[in-house]
This record gives sequence, structure tokens and C-alpha cells, in this order.
Amino acid sequence: MSIELRPSPHLHSGRDVPTIMRHVVYALFPVCAFSIWQYGLSALALIVTVTLSCLAAERIANRMSGTVNTLSDWSATITGVLLALTLPPAFPLWMGAVAGFAAIWLGKSLFGGLGHNPFNPALVGRAFVQAAFPTAITTWAPAFAPQRFSEFIPSSLTLPFMVPNDISAWVAANMVDGFTGATPLARWKFEHFVYPVEDMITGAASASSGETSALLLLVCGLYLIARKFMDWRIPVAVVGSAMIMAWGFQLYDAETYPPMHLALLSGGLMLGALFMATDMATSPVTPMGVWVYGALIGVLTILIRYFGGLTEGVMYAILVGNAAAPLIDKYLQPKVFGARKK
Amino acid sequence: MDVIVEEILVKGKGGREKGNPPGREGRAEGAGWTSPFSLLSSLFSKKDFARGIHPASYKGGLDQPIRRMPFPRKLVLPLAQHIGKPATPLVAVGQEVLRGQPIASANGPLSVPIHAPADGVVEAIALQPSARGAWTESIVLRVFEASVQEMGWSQPLDIDALDHAQLIAAIQASGLVGLGGAAFPSHAKFDVPAQHSVHTLIVNGCECEPYLTCDYKLMREWPQDLIAGTRIAMRASGAQRAVIGVEDNKLDALEAIRPHLPADGSITLQAVATKYPQGAEKMLIKSLLGLDVPAGGLPVQLGIVVNNVGTLALLGRLLPQGQGLIERVVTLAGPGIKRPGDYWIPLGTTLRSILDWAGNPECGEREVILGGPMMGQAASSLDIPVTKGTSGILVFDKRMLEPITQHSWACIHCSECVNACPMGLNPSQLGMLAGKLEFDEMAQQYHLGDCFECGCCTYVCPSHIPLVQQFRAAKAFLRERKPL
Repeated sequence: MSIELRPSPHLHSGRDVPTIMRHVVYALFPVCAFSIWQYGLSALALIVTVTLSCLAAERIANRMSGTVNTLSDWSATITGVLLALTLPPAFPLWMGAVAGFAAIWLGKSLFGGLGHNPFNPALVGRAFVQAAFPTAITTWAPAFAPQRFSEFIPSSLTLPFMVPNDISAWVAANMVDGFTGATPLARWKFEHFVYPVEDMITGAASASSGETSALLLLVCGLYLIARKFMDWRIPVAVVGSAMIMAWGFQLYDAETYPPMHLALLSGGLMLGALFMATDMATSPVTPMGVWVYGALIGVLTILIRYFGGLTEGVMYAILVGNAAAPLIDKYLQPKVFGARKK
Repeated sequence: MDVIVEEILVKGKGGREKGNPPGREGRAEGAGWTSPFSLLSSLFSKKDFARGIHPASYKGGLDQPIRRMPFPRKLVLPLAQHIGKPATPLVAVGQEVLRGQPIASANGPLSVPIHAPADGVVEAIALQPSARGAWTESIVLRVFEASVQEMGWSQPLDIDALDHAQLIAAIQASGLVGLGGAAFPSHAKFDVPAQHSVHTLIVNGCECEPYLTCDYKLMREWPQDLIAGTRIAMRASGAQRAVIGVEDNKLDALEAIRPHLPADGSITLQAVATKYPQGAEKMLIKSLLGLDVPAGGLPVQLGIVVNNVGTLALLGRLLPQGQGLIERVVTLAGPGIKRPGDYWIPLGTTLRSILDWAGNPECGEREVILGGPMMGQAASSLDIPVTKGTSGILVFDKRMLEPITQHSWACIHCSECVNACPMGLNPSQLGMLAGKLEFDEMAQQYHLGDCFECGCCTYVCPSHIPLVQQFRAAKAFLRERKPL
């Protein structure tokens, strides 16, 4: 009979990385389902294409670097699903595949894989295609089009390396009341139109595939928080600081700046705050650092939206937050028990 | 007392005056003016420290009394069972000894004697395996078959008649050490250096390690000895009051002690949050008194001495009889144990003889742990004996070992370790530095020296990174390099 020798502790909580990542994927299922219900076949095809391209990119990177197969840790799946949810539903599938490869290769594999990446890979992928395909990424399709389950939005099926197919004829044929082809943030920026709150909560406004329903995102995020798979402080800090900023601007000049609900419920703020800013690998670890990081993202989001050339600011705000995370950690180390005050 | 310590005492809850012992007196000073929040905060304030973890308790057989098992044929008594210099043998090979007779004497002030745990004959004084290494000098005793489990050696003492020096000497003669696991000689702890004065004795009844129940059973079965030992310890250390802190999952132990408390109120009971590592000295002082022991400092700087309940129960039991420490309560538990429970086990009993009787032979590949599962050491051989610091013997089978033998991932910065570390360190950062062998930076920038190796970080790490193990290696490296 043999004796095992190992150093203490001899117990473990039983949690592991794949479990955490798998639950994030579970939490994104309802968001995907809602997106498919809104946008039909095109949304489904986009989510599948982007996720598969992420998995393929990860596997190829594994082969090339000679490391173990890391598909089983589910992190590439999260990247794929999240990336698909940040893209417009009518985004050409081949561009989605490019985004997937860019996300994994440029955002993660180059740095050494999961845990070593400084930026959220899904956002790296999105930033790549935003620069590469500026028109396609701002072409919005109407939700709840009558033909959505029987035919693709024409632009989805664009041939690789071709300019996206024109969707205006399809939009005209599938006319939905009130559809203008612009997001609530863009409509405020260019027309000063205030979207009704209920549309933004329930997902009737046009937007990227996963960011339409603030309410659904919140429920899915609460699941992860309840199961302790997500740090609740980050979304609270992001949304809280964005809210204070938006409220301040609204008080200062309600003519120029949009009402607070528009800032909170529109665009990717909820998706970003709950599912991207909370990416463990790219957020700080220290208790104070987490608050500072979240607040930085919230403030930057509003500043970019109100004063930048873009209508949407969450993506760059989070990327800047990611870049600042190591610095934040360095200067906000936790207070050591019994430390002497200087 | 240093300036810093006084500062801490003054700054503590309620802004006490200098020299006034913290705690009840300090809190009572607000009499006459009740804060509107005091009622609210008393509802929510729990005697607790920050962070820590909540592992499953795995404590079983709580209703069973402490039992005995058959006497072993052979006892192996290492001369170094305590922190400090090894004891000096008093017996020769072939000599017959009585149960309770001193067989090795203390070698200097930081050392304690060893007593024979059974009637027998000294078979050898030789190098034997022990928990401290493969070859440690030990007295090997062959136990007479007719040996009874009654004490054959005793020199009753009138404790009240002893002066302080005599009391310390009597405690040293009993061979008592900290039974919680550290095995620091008790008399040396009570003999407070002249520059410090002790006002509070903390009696540690937390037993926060999973599986272990020996302290709980002692509190329940031997409360009068515990109180007697606490009073001796208060006299020896000069403390005016004692607080017995017990985790709130063992409230029946508190109730067992309560009827034996002295009427003068000098000994009080306090329930604290059930959490690991509540039984760590610094954490318990924080929970009970709200005081932070300065980093790198000792509780005695704050006027506090901490002792384990097991140590004090045996002090109260042994000292009036003038007997030595020859046996202790050990928890046997884990899937590889057929007869789990708490047992009075003579010191020197080898793991092999215990497992022959209590072990489960079908267990197969296994790990034998001395102490608790969080901080206990794995035994390298079954010939290792139970010594004064052995609080538990756990036998884990393959199923228990699996989660920690799996693959490990890179750190994903989940911050679970930062939120678990009771010392407020950043294990994630320390682990990354350890991976790069940046030991100096770990010590200078990230307070490696404050880590007391409780293992919370490794326990929670979802990447299965052996964090505390790396920190131990880093500390050992820095320690060994220092003299050069």
C-alpha cells in the first residue's frame, strides 16, 4: 500500500476555471436566444459562425504553439458568443469569422493564452472589424421582421471579401413600424430623438444583436453574481459612475445632453458592464482597484459618447480600462493586516 | 510597551485610556450616552475578522465521547517534540520505566522534559523517523504487556503556595507545549518578557480546521480542568482576565463550560464566527478584541497571550497532580479510517499501530495527514509517532486527492485569493512573482513575511495554482540565503 506525499492544504474548494467559464456561457444562452428571436436566422448564423471561428482559431493556435488543447476551458466559447453579441445582426458572416480569428489570435494567443491577455479578446475582435469594416458595423437591421425565420438578411450571406449586399430592399419588404436604421444613441446624437424607456428595456430598439434588452442582460448577470461567478462590484461601479456622469450632464444642460435612461439602457453599457468589464483576466484583483477600474470605464463611456466622434463608447472605455488594470493593481495593493501607518 | 502598541490600544474601539485593558471595560465607558446606531450595530456586528474561507466542516461523530484504543507494543519518543532545544535523555538502554516517569530532561529554558507514556523498558536510544525528518534521535520504549492505563508517577503540588518562578518551573516540568500544533513550550509563553505586561489571556477554542474535533470534545468533557488550567495560566502570565473564544458552531461546548466559570467574572466566554482560519492567533485577537497585532509583531506586544483550550485543559489536569504530559487527544478521521473519533493516544504511538487498529485496509492509495487538512503535514512513513503537537490523523483516499492532482491553469486574476487572504496580502501577485523566482520582490514589496501559510489562497484558486506551497518555498529560499 502506497502513501501519497503532498504539501498542505489537502482540501480544495472544488472550483476550477472551466466551471466558471461554462457558467458564463450558460448565462449568455438566454441573451442569444432573445437575439435569435428578434433577428431570426441571421442572428443564429452569426453567433454560430463567430463562435466556431473562435474555437478554430484557438485550436490552430494550440497546434502552432504546441500547448495542450485549451478548447475544454470554455474561454474561447465565451469570446465567440460575446463577440457575436456585440456585432450588428446583419453583419456579413465572413466578416464575423474574421472578427473571431482576430479576437483569439490578436487578443489572446499572441500574449500566451488565457490569463496572459491584457485586453478582453472579444473587444479586440470587435475593435478590429470596426476599423476594418466601418460601414458594415453600423448597418442595423430591424427587429421582429416578419420573414426573419424563413430567410437571411441579405447582407449576412455576402461572399467573402466582397462588399456587403445592400439590405435596403429587404428592409423595405420587411417593413417594421418605426424602424429608421439607427440606434437610440445615434438618433439622439443626430436628431435629438428620445427613445421610449420601455422599448429599450424590452429590446425593441435597433442595436447589436446582444445589447437590445437591458432587462434580460441584468437578469443573466444576476445569475452569475448569485452563483459567485462574477464580481458584482465591477458592474455596480461601471453603471453607477455612468449614471452619475449622465445625470450631472443632464442637470447641467438637458438640451444638449440626453436623458439619463438613454445613457444607461442604450448601446452596450449593460452588456459591457456585466459581461466584458468583468472578464477576470483583464480586470484588477485588488478590492480598491476593482472600484477604480469600474468607475474609470463608466466615466470614459459617457465622455466618449458625449464628446467623441463615435456614438458608442463602451468598447473603447473597457479597452482603456483593461490597459490601466495592471497599473491600478500596482498602486492600490490591499492593506496588509497589522500594517503600520506611516 | 512600545509606543506603537500603546497607540493601538488607545486607538482601539471607544478610545480607551492608556493602560486600560481593551474589551468590556473599554466599551462600557460610553454609559449614559447611547449611540442611535449601537443597537443596530450590535445586531449586525459579529465577532469576526476580514476575509477567510468557509470550507465544509467534515466534523463527524460529535456525540461520541473521547475513547481509548489498545496500548501499542512499542513507543517511539523523539527528543525534539517541541520548538526549542531537544530534551536530554535521563535513562539508559535496558532500564525499566514507570508510566509518567521523566525519561528526558529539559535542555535549557526553551525546552521541556519528556515522560514515559507507559510502563516498559528502554529498548534503544537511536535515530528514528519522525514528522520532523527521516532520522531524529528518539527513545524507543518496549511496553510491558501488563501495562495499565493508569498513572504510576505523580507528585501532587499545592499550586497556590508556589511563587511565580516556581510555577513556571512546575509548568516546564510537566512537559506541556502548545497542543494546537505549534508545540511551543507553554512555560516559555507564560514567562512574559519584562518589557511587556500581559492583561488578557485568550483561550483559543476555535478549532477551525475541518475534520478536527479533539478540542471540542475536551471543552465538553473536561470543562473544570479547562477552567483550572485557565486560572493557572492567568497567574503564570499575569493576565487579569481571560476570554474563551469558541466558534459559533460549537455553542454546546460554551454551555458546557459556562457553569464552571468563576463568580468574579475574570473569565468570560465569547462566540466568534465559524470561519477558517478563526483559530489563528492574530485573527482570533481581531475577532475578540478588535485589535490588530502589528505586522511582524507578537500578541504579547499588545499585552495578550493566546493559548489553545487543549493545552489549558491538560495544564489544569496535570499540574495539580504534578504529572507530565504523556498522552493527548487525537482526532482520527477521513475516508481511510474505519473507526473515526477522538482518542486519548499515548505519545510515541506510531501511525502504523494506530492504523492497524483504526484504519481501513481497503483504502488503497492514500495520504496520511498529521493535524488538520488545511495546515497539516503529510506523513512520509507509517513509522512516524504521534508527538505532543499532533492534533489529528487524517487518512485521505484517492477520491479526496483528485481535485488537487488535476491540471492547473494560468492565473485568470479572478481575485478569489485576494478576497480570501486573512492577512490582506495579494496571493495572485505573489504567485506570479514566485513563478519568475522574484523572491526578493515578494518579500520587500508584497509582504511575503506576513504570510502564515493558512492555505486559503490555494484552497480557493480555480486555476489550481499551488500558491501557498510556492510561498513556503520562497520563504525557505530566503531563510537559507540570509546567513550568507
